[in-house]
Amino acid sequence: MAGRRPLALMRRRLIGVVPVFALVVLGAFALLESAPGDAVDAYLAGIGGGDAAQMAALRAEWGLDQGPLPRFLAYISALARLDLGWSTAFGRPVLDVVLARLPNTLLLMGLATLLALSLGSLLGILCGARPGSLQDRTLSLAAIALYAMPGFWLGLVLIVAFSVERRWLPSGGIETVASGLTGWDRAADIGRHLVLPVLSLGLVYMALYLRLMRDGMAELWAQDFVRAARARGMHGARLVLRHVVRNALLPVVTMLGLQSAAMLGGSVVIESVFAIPGLGRLASEAVARRDTPLLLGVMLLSAMVVMLVNLLVDLAYALLDPRVGSGTGG
Amino acid sequence: MPLGARSEKFFGSFFQKRTSLLFRLLATGEGLAGLTMLAILLAVALTAPWLAPGDPLAIKGDPLLPPWQTMAHPLGTDRLGRDVLSALIHGTRTTLLVATAAAAAALGIGITVGTIAGFLGGWVDEALMRVAEAFQTVPAFLLTLALISVTGPRVPTIVLGIAIGAWMQPARITRAEILSLRERDFVAAARVIGMRPLEIAFREVLPNALTPVVSLAAVIVAAAVLIEAALSFLGFGDPNRVTWGSMIAEGRTVLRRAPFLSIIPGIGLVLTVLAVHLTGQGVAKALRTRRIAA
Repeated sequence: MAGRRPLALMRRRLIGVVPVFALVVLGAFALLESAPGDAVDAYLAGIGGGDAAQMAALRAEWGLDQGPLPRFLAYISALARLDLGWSTAFGRPVLDVVLARLPNTLLLMGLATLLALSLGSLLGILCGARPGSLQDRTLSLAAIALYAMPGFWLGLVLIVAFSVERRWLPSGGIETVASGLTGWDRAADIGRHLVLPVLSLGLVYMALYLRLMRDGMAELWAQDFVRAARARGMHGARLVLRHVVRNALLPVVTMLGLQSAAMLGGSVVIESVFAIPGLGRLASEAVARRDTPLLLGVMLLSAMVVMLVNLLVDLAYALLDPRVGSGTGG
Repeated sequence: MPLGARSEKFFGSFFQKRTSLLFRLLATGEGLAGLTMLAILLAVALTAPWLAPGDPLAIKGDPLLPPWQTMAHPLGTDRLGRDVLSALIHGTRTTLLVATAAAAAALGIGITVGTIAGFLGGWVDEALMRVAEAFQTVPAFLLTLALISVTGPRVPTIVLGIAIGAWMQPARITRAEILSLRERDFVAAARVIGMRPLEIAFREVLPNALTPVVSLAAVIVAAAVLIEAALSFLGFGDPNRVTWGSMIAEGRTVLRRAPFLSIIPGIGLVLTVLAVHLTGQGVAKALRTRRIAA
């Protein structure tokens, strides 16, 4: 069918994203409306206060004296102009604050995903190659223990182990302040700062991928086509990799999309533990300083990141599994 | 057959089924370990006022006593001289209360939405699933934070906040189950005798669709424990309650001098999540063996 090509799949997914994003925006507006105080209160609190007449004039100018529907329309048109409102905590437009923090979070998330996915799949393959063996049971048990750990606690334990007793790694920040480093030296410095946060965020999710890969493989061993391959005399690494791993990878890829939202949520706490100036820490700062427009800005941007990751995952899925996208359904 | 005998037969088989499920659950290693740990945690939570009388937030001794030194404070004291063991015991209550309430709320919302979407179909289904997708697009933790920042950090809003971020998966699974059941004969029969659609959905179809949804419960409770801990670690928990997350945050300020203050409550969290997870695994295993045996 025509829907087979990745481009057509992409177009269909993009159209599907529109109503979902509209609902997210509607939810953000509802939260903004139910928060105590409005944009005028926030703005005046930021610049040092104003009198009643000034407040009324500003409310009229910003359309805040009108009913909910005109206010919603005003909110949408502001969003369309990339105007996310004014952050009282930072005294700057929300968009500037949020975009300045985005790269750090993407870096942390990307590296943690890479760690979780690669290490998780690898150890999962080791477990799934021989389900029920000693190495399977040991690794599975370790994975369950990791899964049960709160990421922020794991982070603190790692800090105690690696930067308090032995000062091997820095315990906070994204890079050495005012170090004057450039180029590769700066990248290495950032890398050293990210080791512990990436471990704390990534190891918890690694357990998930390990489990998924292992269980997927364990089920595949009983499938007819694997038994047939075995009957044809295929065995060892070739059988494991060509028939079992390849098919067990598909749910892992699906999980990648589903976990992107959870990982963004997890980075809120991890960034707070390691004092990384990213989106997540910004969210908890926004709550602590009662800056609702800023919090919603973080929410909207995170939702966009999640949607983008899911689009990419769909595309990857279509490339991995030729059956997807050939049907009419989603 | 007289009515009494019929009901006896019905309840008899009902109880036999239940007890045999419990038996099978205990027969799995995971189920036995998980249920034992859960029972201990529950007992500690219920008897907290007797195990550790008095206000756990009250100052009881010298600050920063290390653990295993005095009988009065077996796990030491924190920065302000509060007893770590009492705080740990009272923290069990908050963790279990918030996690089970949040999971129950999430399952309740999810099952209701999923049943309505799956049974009514059409534009209702389309709309509800889009809403679920929108909720899944925003990181659940941010959603919970946003709700708490609007309503204030109290136990009911924290419970609701966690549930708002977790109802989508049960909704999807319920919907899928309902879709696979709704064309069956017994549904058509219920229509013929004049039952209303929602009545059929909730009284006839839903009970048959519940097993896979309930298997999700363990995952949701475990996630709720961790989310509650993260919230109170960040300082967005109920300030009038001791929680393990807030204990870890407290200990963090003296992490270099007294790492045990952060490490001990974390072990409590790990054991709780482990208990829930193992019980869930045990239930899944027990259900599987029953299906094979049947």
